[in-house]
Amino acid sequence: MKYLHLVVTGVTGLLLILGTLAMPDWGDPASPASSHVSPRYIEKGFEETAVPNMVTAVLADYRSFDTLGETVVIFTAGVAVLLILRTRRDED
Amino acid sequence: MITRQQSLIVKTVCRLLVPFIQMFGLYVIMHGHSSPGGGFQGGVILGSSFILLSIAYGIDEVKRRFSLPALTVFTSLGVFLYAAIGVACLFLGANFLDYGVLPVAEPRSMGMLGIEIGVGITVMAVMVSIFHDLITFE
Repeated sequence: MKYLHLVVTGVTGLLLILGTLAMPDWGDPASPASSHVSPRYIEKGFEETAVPNMVTAVLADYRSFDTLGETVVIFTAGVAVLLILRTRRDED
Repeated sequence: MITRQQSLIVKTVCRLLVPFIQMFGLYVIMHGHSSPGGGFQGGVILGSSFILLSIAYGIDEVKRRFSLPALTVFTSLGVFLYAAIGVACLFLGANFLDYGVLPVAEPRSMGMLGIEIGVGITVMAVMVSIFHDLITFE
């Protein structure tokens, strides 16, 4: 039974490695991400958003829904720490 | 819990530095859409100024100036501001967070500035809140 876990883990890892082999090389100019998403942002970014900082244009305009999620993650982290650690003063 | 007072040198240097740190944090938030920076970075700088004050003057001094309930309200206010801008776009007839319809000059740029401010408020309040909770836990 112990060896079954090892085999399942090994096979899953092998499949994942095989999957990454089919991905484009690091920084490949012909990869899908570099061939139509990035040029679109670089060419039309300023025209569409009127913001000179392209990073912010992508972060806060094209992908603002994602940034809303990130903000909620930080909010949740703060609330979780508050709920666990903040002790009530009036009880002691 | 930090109650011990630091030396006069530490306190004076912190008192002189904190306004500049806060001004720089606000600058990073406000110029996030035209230069490197943004809500996350500026919020962390703003939060670190309050943490520096807590280290130098003790947590009670910071609590007197910036109370815990206010901190919790600010934590929610930032997320609320962000989502409210998105919902305002919905009411004006566009998609969620599609700033183009906001009734201001350069709507996309201003919409981004608004959400950066929201992110900055939340990050600042959460930083100070987590620091406070960790430091006062018994």
